[in-house]
Amino acid sequence: MFRRLPEAAGAALAVSVDGQRVEVRAGDTVAAALLAAGFGHCRTSPVSGAPRAPYCMMGVCFECLVTVDGVGNRQGCLVPVREGMLIETQRGEREVGR
Amino acid sequence: MSVLAASQEHDIAVVGGGLVGAAVAYGLARAGQRVALLDGGDAEVRASRANFALVWVQSKGLGLPQYAHWTVRSSDAWAGFAAQLKEETGLDVAFERPGGFQLALSQAELETRAAQVNRLHNQAAELPYRTEILDRAEIESMLPGLGPDVVGGSFCPIDGHCNSLRLYRALHMAARLHGVRYLPSHRAERIACERGAFRLATTAGDVRAGKVVLAAGNANLHLAPMVGLEAPMRPERGQIMVTERVAPFLRYPVATVRQTDEGTVMIGDSKEEGTSPDGLTMPVNAVMASRAMRMFPVLGRLNLVRMWAGVRVMTADGFPVYDQSETCPGAFVVCCHSGVTLAANHALTLAPMIAAGRLDADLLGPFSARRFHVPKAA
Repeated sequence: MFRRLPEAAGAALAVSVDGQRVEVRAGDTVAAALLAAGFGHCRTSPVSGAPRAPYCMMGVCFECLVTVDGVGNRQGCLVPVREGMLIETQRGEREVGR
Repeated sequence: MSVLAASQEHDIAVVGGGLVGAAVAYGLARAGQRVALLDGGDAEVRASRANFALVWVQSKGLGLPQYAHWTVRSSDAWAGFAAQLKEETGLDVAFERPGGFQLALSQAELETRAAQVNRLHNQAAELPYRTEILDRAEIESMLPGLGPDVVGGSFCPIDGHCNSLRLYRALHMAARLHGVRYLPSHRAERIACERGAFRLATTAGDVRAGKVVLAAGNANLHLAPMVGLEAPMRPERGQIMVTERVAPFLRYPVATVRQTDEGTVMIGDSKEEGTSPDGLTMPVNAVMASRAMRMFPVLGRLNLVRMWAGVRVMTADGFPVYDQSETCPGAFVVCCHSGVTLAANHALTLAPMIAAGRLDADLLGPFSARRFHVPKAA
């Protein structure tokens, strides 16, 4: 659904999304990287169970919550990717221990 | 129809639309009274916006055993009260009574707590509830994830909690369904007793009623003397911190930490002198957060989403004041700190007495403000 702009030219990095190796670019946020890599959603709603995807991309809507390096409910659009980062999509509500 | 003309039809005016006033107004309307519920504006200092939603028994009654009985009566009535509200409004106020804890983070705290519980049990042969002191191992089996600093605590099997925001909404909705006329932005400023009826001068004009109930929290201090009553108050500031929502992990409410039915964790563990709800006292917040994390280390990983301060309604001795005026019969005062815990009593027991024009002396006599008239020793 999303294509990178031709002038976007960050260095290639690799992160893990739900255990799967994914190529991203330096300078991406986690949310942008997920969208660019074709992930249709990053979590399911704790209320209805419906899939949710990054939306506002500026820290306001909290739709892009993901688990980053073991910490749940991080706002993916506010976290820059890092080589080797462990990203996990979320199902329902955050668990207190992660 | 003007407010003045309409207000002539009120049997009774309740001053204060918080949890206490709304519960009383609801109970009065159910008892057949035509009720006006006078409330302030949106920016008023309201205790009801900063409560912790506990329906709490342990510790209640030290120094006044009748308060323990009054509290247990309400705790016992709460399940039926919540069911009644749900039937009438469709709102589930999420009442649960799994028992509750107070946790000690040092041996000294535990000894202080054990001494309190001991005094409570010694003071009245027939204290209507028990609070047990438990050691760390016993608590750990009930509260997984307990921090290593918790040395023990107290547990009372009839403690519980609810969703107090929904309670507030349910009481207002139920009151209106029973015909209560809600008058927001009508802050009562003066009350006069005229020929057996009351005229209340409010910020939005006069309201008249045959009887009046003062349920205005700390403002009762100034309002009560206008109708021959008294309500000695000493407001107390408290702060609340709330985390993001997480999957259920805390099965029992703790006096200072509880997980709501919606998944947020509330932390409320402060008492400060002062009447301003404005602003936060960061060193106090830091202690609150630190103590909560020592009780449940997993909380340290959660994001806080809100924190705010409020002012507790507190009488001079901490016990409720329920009185009818001797010089202006028909004027009642209702003051208490525990507006959530006592909501069932206020709606189901107190309001029918007010509707009938007489407070039961056996049940409520101990809560008269006449108790403050003990001559001081020379």
